Amino acid sequence: MQSKPLTLKALDLVSILAMVISTYLALVFAPQEAVMGNVQRIFYFHVGTAWVAMLGFILAAVSGVVYLITKDLKWDRFELAAVEVSALFFFITICLGSIWARPAWNTWWTWDVRLTTAAVAELIFIAYLMLRQGIEDPEKRARFGAVYTLLGGLSVPVTFLVIRFFRTIHPVVIGSQSAEAEGGFNMESKMVTAMLFAILAFTVVFVDLVWHRVRLGQFAEKVEQLKLKASL
Amino acid sequence: MEETIPPATPSFSQAVFAIVRKDLSAEFRSRELLSAMLVFALLVILIFNFALELDIKVRESVTAGVLWVTFAFAGTLGLNRSMAVEKDRGCLDGLLLAPVDRSALYLGKALSNLIFMLIVEAVTLPVYSLLYNVNLFQPALLLVILLGSIGYIAVGTLLAAMAIQTRTRDVMLPILLFPIVLPVLLAAVKASAGLLNGADFTEVSAPFNLLVVYDLVFIAVSLMLFEYVVEE
Repeated sequence: MQSKPLTLKALDLVSILAMVISTYLALVFAPQEAVMGNVQRIFYFHVGTAWVAMLGFILAAVSGVVYLITKDLKWDRFELAAVEVSALFFFITICLGSIWARPAWNTWWTWDVRLTTAAVAELIFIAYLMLRQGIEDPEKRARFGAVYTLLGGLSVPVTFLVIRFFRTIHPVVIGSQSAEAEGGFNMESKMVTAMLFAILAFTVVFVDLVWHRVRLGQFAEKVEQLKLKASL
Repeated sequence: MEETIPPATPSFSQAVFAIVRKDLSAEFRSRELLSAMLVFALLVILIFNFALELDIKVRESVTAGVLWVTFAFAGTLGLNRSMAVEKDRGCLDGLLLAPVDRSALYLGKALSNLIFMLIVEAVTLPVYSLLYNVNLFQPALLLVILLGSIGYIAVGTLLAAMAIQTRTRDVMLPILLFPIVLPVLLAAVKASAGLLNGADFTEVSAPFNLLVVYDLVFIAVSLMLFEYVVEE
């Protein structure tokens, strides 16, 4: 059993600390929003989790390509870790968004561009995990996983574009605002600080979790090999 | 390199058409796949008739959706079957041993799948027109249906080859395919609905262009990825 690397231990501590600070910034430091009140504070974690989920999605697709070129199983472990952690964060993003949407839009869910794309991306994550479960051979599992993340990575942006033809009410806080968006607001500098810090904090947590998951994958592989050796 | 290739090696297009011919002649002798797809498509329309109460007002808004859901479901049935027969009787291994490029195998399978899907559509459309007194025979609409089918089959053939190699087999295909192919279905429904409601071709050019782009991108990607899916 190889012991936990010191950097990872440090990263664990940093992630916990970052989450605590980010929570403080979001709940106390950032001023209350004038129209929506305290429910707007969900925004900070919503953006943070959405950002890392998207980051994971892109990283998974890229490592899929790298795996197909190099055929090195370490890229497969990384891809799986990125997908698993992203799937979790995306689920949190969607839940937080729904909780915010209930008072802001007066509905838990609406078939808006971002919401639908998020739901489709989450379904692709789940399909990916189900696909992997159905294949025993690790090499074939890695190949199929890589092909599927690549297809998913290409298809999700197109989905986003297609649903754009329908109307949207999701606010765009960063960048230009569409006229039909509801629940948008202008950010004060303290809000920007809280948001940026949330993004940073979730990135650290993401790196930490992916690292743990990759290590878990390595151990699982080692256990497989030992089992094989014992049975011979 | 050139002297290692025996003179009998078929050219790329010969290989593609050999596979198409094989699939078509096998199908026209057994009629397993087409009859199943056709009966299934008609059943789906029948169910929609009662589930949605397709009276004259509802029909205007849902015809495009009903048609595309029917095609998508019947398409999955056909894709699964067409790949399963290759796998079950060891034909796939035989095909892989043939001295032709893997992408020729993909293109051949995709073409024959497309032909089956178009035959099903060619029967479903007049039946639907007849039953509901809707004129579906507009050249622009037929073009949209052709483009949508191409995109659907391009990804479907690749994913079906993957799905049949998993433990859960037939169950896996729709789960893998639908989130990836969603942009095609949405754009096709959007364009078809516009055309059916008397919109000018220029009004639906955005979803139409997207269909063309999706088709091109995914045919190219699937051609490249197919060899990773079938290699042993």
